[in-house]
Amino acid sequence: MTIVVPRGNRPRGKRLAAGILGRQPIGLLLSAPYAVFIAAVFAYPLGLAVWMSFHHYIFTAPGVQVPRPFVGLDNYTAVVSDPAVRQAFLNILVFLVINVPLTVALSLVLASALNAAIPFRTLFRISYYVPYVTASVAVVGVWLFLFSSGGLVNNAIGPLAPNPSWLINGFWAMPSIAIYVTWKQLGFFILLYLAALQNVPKELYEAAAVDGASKWRSFRAVTVPGVRPATTLVTLLAIITGANLFTEPYLLTNGGGPNGKSASPVLLMYQRGIEQGHPDVAAAIGVLLVLGVLLIAGVQRFLERD
Amino acid sequence: MTRTLPRASYRPPADPAAVTEPVPGARRRWLRIVVLVLGALAFIFPFYYMLVGSLQKKSDTSLGGAIPRPGNLSLHNYGQINAAINLGQTLLNSIIFTAGVVLGTVVFGILVGYALAQLHYRGRGTLFAVMVLVQVVPFQLLIIPLYVQIVRSYGLADSYLGMILPFAINSTAVFVFRQYFLQVPVELFDAARIDGASELRILRSVALPLVRPALLTAILMTFIGPWNEFLWPFLVTKQHDKQPLAVALANYISTTAASAANPYGAILAGACVLAAPAVALFIAFQRHFRSTDLGSGVKG
Repeated sequence: MTIVVPRGNRPRGKRLAAGILGRQPIGLLLSAPYAVFIAAVFAYPLGLAVWMSFHHYIFTAPGVQVPRPFVGLDNYTAVVSDPAVRQAFLNILVFLVINVPLTVALSLVLASALNAAIPFRTLFRISYYVPYVTASVAVVGVWLFLFSSGGLVNNAIGPLAPNPSWLINGFWAMPSIAIYVTWKQLGFFILLYLAALQNVPKELYEAAAVDGASKWRSFRAVTVPGVRPATTLVTLLAIITGANLFTEPYLLTNGGGPNGKSASPVLLMYQRGIEQGHPDVAAAIGVLLVLGVLLIAGVQRFLERD
Repeated sequence: MTRTLPRASYRPPADPAAVTEPVPGARRRWLRIVVLVLGALAFIFPFYYMLVGSLQKKSDTSLGGAIPRPGNLSLHNYGQINAAINLGQTLLNSIIFTAGVVLGTVVFGILVGYALAQLHYRGRGTLFAVMVLVQVVPFQLLIIPLYVQIVRSYGLADSYLGMILPFAINSTAVFVFRQYFLQVPVELFDAARIDGASELRILRSVALPLVRPALLTAILMTFIGPWNEFLWPFLVTKQHDKQPLAVALANYISTTAASAANPYGAILAGACVLAAPAVALFIAFQRHFRSTDLGSGVKG
C-alpha cells in the first residue's frame, strides 16, 4: 500500500507512528465510524448467523442467559427435510429462470433504443425509472388491483384469463411475481446498460456500417460483446435481487400462497425465525441461501468465461 | 451519461457522424421510437391507474374504468386510509427514519470517502475491499442476527434508532463520495498542506466545498432506500404510532383491507401518498440521478 521512506530529519516517534499507522494517520480517525458500522451491522451479524445455524438458539429477553448448545447440522437437517423450504428454493429457481433472461434482454434493448438522439428522451428516461424509485409496497397495491379476479387485466383479455386468477393460481403466482420484479427493477438495469454503452467505441459501429452490416447484425456483433462486463453485473445483481425476495410474496400473493407455491426463502426465514420462534433454523436457511447465490454466481462466471 | 449525444442523427448529412445513421435509418428511427413508447406506456400506466383508482368513489375495474368519470371522483378514499393508518403520523415516522439514514450517510460517508480517496493510512485497502463486499451480500441474510442483536439484545424495538441503525451509512453513497474525491487532483490537497493547513482544516476548507456536486446524487440515492424499505422496519415496529408509512400500508393491505367498503380505493390512496414524495424528488432532480454515478457506485 504505502511506502514510507524514513527521513532523517523527522523526529523518531513520528517516524515510528508513520510506519505503523501510515503517512496520514488521521485517515484512521475519519474511517473509524464507518469501520465500526461495518463491524457492528455486517461482520458481527454475518458471524452470528453462521454460529446460530450450528446451535440451538431461542429468543430471550435482554440480559437473560440460557444455554445454547452446539447441535451440529441439526438445523440444516431440519431445513432440508422441510417440504415448505424445499418448495421455496424451487420457487426461486423458477423465478430466476424467468426473471434473469427477461431482465437482461429487455434492459439491453431499451437502453440501446434510449442511447440515441430521440425526441422526449428525458420523458422516456423518467418513465422507465419511476417504478424503480417507488416503494414496492405502493406498487403492489396497484398490481393487486390490476390482476385481481375481476381486475382490469382479466377484463381486457376476457376468456384468456386464468382461473383462478393470476396471483391466487398455483401455476401463475410465481411467474407473476417474476414479471412484476422484472418490471419494477428494469429502470435500474437500463441505467447500468446506458453507462456501459458509453464505453463501446463508436468506431466499431462505423466499421460495421462500412462493412455493410445490418443494424441487428451490428447490435449482435458490436453492442452485445461490448457490454459483456455490464451483462455479468446485471445478471449477478438480478440473482441477488431474486434471492432477497420478500415483499412481493408477502403482499402480492398473500404470504407465498397458494399452498406455498410462491413462497421465497426469505419469507420462510421470517415465518420460521420470527413468527414461529426458531431463529436457528431461519439462520440455517439464510446460510444455505447465500451458498446457493454464490454457487449460481460461480457457475455463471464459469459459463461466461467460455 | 452526457447531454451531448454520441450519434446525433439530427445533424446534417455532411457531418461524419451521419455515417452511422444512413438514410434508411429514418424508418428504424421510427421503430426505435415505437419500441420506446410501448415500453414507456407499460411503465407509466400502472401509476396512472393508481392515481385514477385512488380517486374513484366506487372502484370500476372495467376497461372504461381506466378513464376517470367526473361523477365518480372524490377524495373519499384518502379520508378512509387516513382514518385507518393515520397518514400524518406514519409519514412523520417515514421522514424521521429516512432523515436519520441520509444524515448518517452524508456525515460519515463524506469523512470515509475523503479518507479512502486522498489519505494514506494503514488498513485503507482492507476497508475498501470490505466496502465492496458489503454491496454484494444480501441484506436479508442478516435480518435474523440483526433482529436478535437490535431488538432482543439492545431492546431497540419500536424506536427510530433501531430502524435507522442497519442503514445508518449507505455503502453505495460512500463509494460515490470516494469517486468524487478521486477526481480531485492530489496537488490541491498537497498545496494546502504546504501552506501549513492541518488535516482537519483541509477537510473543512478544501474537501467539503468540493464535494457539493456529489451531495445531491448521494442524497437521492440514499433517500429511496429507507423511504421504500419494508422488511426491516416491519420487523422492528409493532406499535402503530412508530410504523413508517410503507409498513402501515402493508399491514393494511394484508389484514384490514378485506373489511373495508372499497378496499382497493383506500389501498391506492395510501399507495399514492407513499409514492408521491419519491417520484416527485426523482423527477425534480432526475439530472442528478445519472448512470455514471450509479454505475461506478455499483461496479466496484
